[in-house]
Amino acid sequence: MLKEKYKNSKLYYLEHELLGKYTVTFFGIFLIILTICLVTFIATKGLATFFNNHYSPIEFLFSTVWKPDRGVSKGGPAIGTLIFIVGSVSVSLLALIISTPLSVSIAIFMTEISPKLGKKLLQPAIEVFTGIPSVVYGWVGLSVLVPLIRANFGGLGFSLLAGSLVLSIMIFPTIASVSADAIRAISRDYYEASLSIGATRWQTIWKIILPSAMPGILTGVVLGLARAFGEALAVQMVLGNTIRIPHSIVDSTVNMTSIITMDMGNTAMGTVWNNALWSMALLLLIMSFLFIILIHKIGKKGVSK
Amino acid sequence: MNKLIKSITLSMVLAISLTAALAGCGTKNETDTGSDISGSVTAVGSSALQPLAEKAAQMFMDKNKDANIQVQGGGSGTGLKQVSEGGADIGNSDVYAAEKLPEDKAKALVDHKVCVVGFATVVNPKIKVDNLTKQQLIDIFSGKITNWKDVGGDDMKVVIINRPSSSGTRATFKKYALDGAEEAEGKALTEDQSGTVKKAVAETDGAISYLALSYIDKSVKTLKYEGVEATVENITSGKYPIWSYEHMYTKGKPTGAVKAFIDYMTSSDFTSSISEMGYIPNSDMKISRDK
Repeated sequence: MLKEKYKNSKLYYLEHELLGKYTVTFFGIFLIILTICLVTFIATKGLATFFNNHYSPIEFLFSTVWKPDRGVSKGGPAIGTLIFIVGSVSVSLLALIISTPLSVSIAIFMTEISPKLGKKLLQPAIEVFTGIPSVVYGWVGLSVLVPLIRANFGGLGFSLLAGSLVLSIMIFPTIASVSADAIRAISRDYYEASLSIGATRWQTIWKIILPSAMPGILTGVVLGLARAFGEALAVQMVLGNTIRIPHSIVDSTVNMTSIITMDMGNTAMGTVWNNALWSMALLLLIMSFLFIILIHKIGKKGVSK
Repeated sequence: MNKLIKSITLSMVLAISLTAALAGCGTKNETDTGSDISGSVTAVGSSALQPLAEKAAQMFMDKNKDANIQVQGGGSGTGLKQVSEGGADIGNSDVYAAEKLPEDKAKALVDHKVCVVGFATVVNPKIKVDNLTKQQLIDIFSGKITNWKDVGGDDMKVVIINRPSSSGTRATFKKYALDGAEEAEGKALTEDQSGTVKKAVAETDGAISYLALSYIDKSVKTLKYEGVEATVENITSGKYPIWSYEHMYTKGKPTGAVKAFIDYMTSSDFTSSISEMGYIPNSDMKISRDK
């Protein structure tokens, strides 16, 4: 009797319905507010270089002169970031070139060639790779990769090549698992139809499976690129951070995230130098927005097919 | 529909209050000038001073149970900025405030020199050179000398390993060892951490860099500067010029727990710990510097 009464009471409704609803709505809205705050914060900080210090965006983006510590009497501070942009783009693209064939091959192997081995061995192995902190990748790169490159390819070891190799290992789990999911999502009808008209297994994979999974694979590649672009610590440890545009892959160079992490702690907020670092952070944010938009575009294309 | 609006409104209120609560989490010091020291102090900044400040905080809190000292890193610039804006009670820095902050802001800060730290030129152990003159060092770091044979060593390429241009250590080295000469840009590797610098110098043939004395061990070779070895005795007597003060800045005159903590760091009780950790106590210095 009492139980029945409780069940109809407002308290029961609150406990079993409203509480859950309010909690999830609260966190949902909290996340939206947080995102808006974050973007606004970085944007106001990053735009200060152009609105408060009156530097031109053209100079910021296309000048290679980075002398933020130069005195005003000598014509400074100069905050051209082209070297860092070139560094970021080249190290990420090279990582992608190394990583994509590897990742897609692994994805094909674990879905089409040997699904059993894939589920039992490869999937957990890939998960191990995602769990390793980036400082460990950096440290291994510094201790193993750098001396190896120095001995075999010349140069100092700290190089574009070392950075891209470390990055390619870091982004391969992303590309491989997204690609594998995309391949698994393809209807088995395609596969069987192809075999029934006499195609071999490899022909089927190459001509049917891969093209149908392409939007998913591309999504993985873009996600990998976004990760490579934003990664800071591991790359910074092996890149050498020489402020110049690299002429070969064994040259050391520097990227945007490295210069931000190296200088942020030592520059006082509100100075031109610090504002320039925030502008670079804003640039990274804009890049990641572009990547996200690209992923959505690719995803839509896949659906409409 | 009404319910949806109600739930959204409620959630908004919750979200805003949580944000406000998070924002209000900063510590405020409640200082008490009574005989027993209590209250909380935050010291932020220089990572070079951080280990020593942490040690001091620990020992200070053992003595004064009601005191709460928090030490954070973040770099000299952050320390100066935080103390200047009231975000921290103490700003730790390797360099004078005037070098990092606008003039009017630097003037509002009070400098407390807590100790001295020395820096040495370090090279890869395979390099046979033992001594470099100031001019040789300037020529190496400005990119004029690119081979060790030009300064009496083997035929080996010079590999410069720098700290980032914002680093306090680099600023000190540039000022006192290189006479302010502009370092070669686009030729030097740059490493952010003293530990990584040490590893890179130890493993790279022909490498040259500079480190705080508290970081140096057997894996790298230290060079004499103008024939003078980088030792504590030579620094205190003024023979060896590459050293800087470690500063603790406060906004205005310190009071209460902040004053007590800074006094403790420079007190005779703490002197032995300063020496133990590779820094030099002020009391040992026979010379002083203004700038």
